Amino acid sequence: MVMCLLCHQRYEPRLGWSDFLTVKEADVLCEQCRRSFSLIEGERCHQCDRPFSLISDSYRYGELCTDCLRWQQADEWRDVLTKNRSVYVYDEWMKDVVTRWKFRGDYALVEAFRVDVRREFFRHFSADVVLVPIPLSKKRLYDRGFNQAKALAEILSLPIADVLERVDSEKQSKKTRMERLRTVQFRLCTREWRYDQCVLIDDLYTTGSTVYHAARLLKQGGVRDVSSFTLARA
Amino acid sequence: MRFMYDGTNLVPEPLTAGGEKVVPISRVATIPIYELNPHFSPSSELLSFLAGRQLLLDELSFSLDQLHAHYENGYVSYQKGVVPTEQGHRCMRCGNDAPHFFASFFCARCETVCTYCRKCVTMGRVSECTPLVVSNVPPERVVYPHPLAWTGTLSKAQQRAADAVVQAIERRAELLVWAVCGAGKTEVLFPSIQRALELGDRVCLATPRTDVVLELAPRLKQAFPSVSTIALYGGSEDRKKEASLVITTTHQLLRFYRAFDVMIIDEVDAFPYSVEPMLAYAAEKARTKPSALIYLTATPNENWQREMKQGKRSAVTIPARYHGYPLPVPTFAWCGNWRKKVNRGTLPTNVLAWVEKRLQEKKQAFLFVPHVELLEKVAAILQRFDRRIVGVHAEDKARKEKVQSFRDGNIPLLVTTTILERGVTVPNIDVAVLGAEDDVFTEGALVQIAGRVGRSAQYPGGDVRFFHFGKTKAMVKAKRHICDMNDEARKRGLLW
Repeated sequence: MVMCLLCHQRYEPRLGWSDFLTVKEADVLCEQCRRSFSLIEGERCHQCDRPFSLISDSYRYGELCTDCLRWQQADEWRDVLTKNRSVYVYDEWMKDVVTRWKFRGDYALVEAFRVDVRREFFRHFSADVVLVPIPLSKKRLYDRGFNQAKALAEILSLPIADVLERVDSEKQSKKTRMERLRTVQFRLCTREWRYDQCVLIDDLYTTGSTVYHAARLLKQGGVRDVSSFTLARA
Repeated sequence: MRFMYDGTNLVPEPLTAGGEKVVPISRVATIPIYELNPHFSPSSELLSFLAGRQLLLDELSFSLDQLHAHYENGYVSYQKGVVPTEQGHRCMRCGNDAPHFFASFFCARCETVCTYCRKCVTMGRVSECTPLVVSNVPPERVVYPHPLAWTGTLSKAQQRAADAVVQAIERRAELLVWAVCGAGKTEVLFPSIQRALELGDRVCLATPRTDVVLELAPRLKQAFPSVSTIALYGGSEDRKKEASLVITTTHQLLRFYRAFDVMIIDEVDAFPYSVEPMLAYAAEKARTKPSALIYLTATPNENWQREMKQGKRSAVTIPARYHGYPLPVPTFAWCGNWRKKVNRGTLPTNVLAWVEKRLQEKKQAFLFVPHVELLEKVAAILQRFDRRIVGVHAEDKARKEKVQSFRDGNIPLLVTTTILERGVTVPNIDVAVLGAEDDVFTEGALVQIAGRVGRSAQYPGGDVRFFHFGKTKAMVKAKRHICDMNDEARKRGLLW
């Protein structure tokens, strides 16, 4: 018997013969908690990974969602971000789990994402990329004790480059779209690097403004190709 | 937070000049304690905020400079949040020492690998670099002459129990009050809380569930209108106030330290098994020494029942309901392999007959099932008889609305798991359990379920039916428990 990382109930992990043969590790969650996560599935926006099943047809423009269309129509943002890929749908369940993890500070919950995050990442990206976690401001990092984006990056066991620094500490969620677009959020804290391909890592993709800003900086710094990968797509 | 410690002085990192060696508080061998400096003038705001509490730095709104000055002058102490033990760690806020309830991470606060407690993390993380702040000044004692405004009268059995509780409070003793479901135990507390407040004691009433805090707080405020009273639960507005009478969930109790002269723990048996050690720790930590400890329950566990019989545990029983009618006694009905039937989309004939009779007679009912997975299936089957039938479980987002709708009479039958076994009181209902042989239906749970029936004086009777696929010890014990209580009540002349 083991304890479920999320609901703390005891459960019997299900192990079949194939699990013994492949030395697969038992899930850290009970079946019921595991079932509550919704992976992003079906048809989705080619650019940002938003599932079309969750938005009305009027927000769809061919292969794109209208949000991504807006990014592509603006000269300064076109081709800044190659693509975004996300693991889970940001539903009520995911909201609760992320709150416990990030705001209540239960760091260990990152283990609940490990298998899905690794599988989905390597489905869309190759192993010769460099990961750039979206940073927190100094104050927020102290308050939380850890950076959730860095914690996600660490489970991918790829090189991590902490090259971004936050200049704006205001919460993104408190701003309008226009305000988000205008504010300078980051700066590069080093020029001593050359990467061909970077993948930005964050917990959430909401409007995309965070990753677009970070991607533009990296591009200006000389990175050829920048994509992003987030735990959930709101 | 990290501290500089040179063998004599302890200084928080932000107040150091910089360049000194700093370590997480758990690595400081012995935290210095200073004597109270009579020449220092402390902030009364700070002292009243911290009075009887044990808080994190994040929970304080005072500057570190100010707080540390109070420390150096003996008014507050720092304590380690997590300490090492033989098998791992112990959280000093919640008492957890189970290795599987700890985790480590690279902490940005102390810039090293830091272990934290996962058990109480929802109340703000306590880790190896977390200091707990307590006040060295005991909370103020306020004497209230005759604070009780309630003018009702107690039944004979209630009065006897109330007298015993008053005595326990005066003697700073421990007492168990075993009161049947519907005995009117809140009223029993009135004379004893009055006595405590007359003595200038600080009183705490702790209970596992927020619902109960919300129900009890207004009743107590009404009974003691002149007394400062606060209700604490997740998200409560009263968090920062000081009061003589505190009604709190067990979780919020974790934030108290040597605060209460009288500790009353309601529904002590209702705590999930895993929470029990935390409750004991929190209650112990929040009490002054010496203090009175009163437990209230309708269903004491076997251990306690045995200790009572052997005379090792002082206890008083209220075997009758306030209205003087006996407790409805459950009847057992064998219903065969009901799980198989549920999987085929139907229910055993006698269960269906029981439900149909309630629907015909328009008598509301609860149907208890052992697990959430069964809930929807059983509800769906019964909706064929009446579309208004619904299921409700602990995590149900619409739980409050559904229970209210049942109270309003819009739902004829509610299919539920054991969450509704307590607290929810609706007059004139019947109750059935499907699969009473399941492990979740302990003696205590079954007694509580039976206790839902016949609560009001207008409708003191009702049907309690345990449908089962093999009688269990728990079922037999629950029935005997109820019969014993009725016998004792009859013997003591407490029934009509």
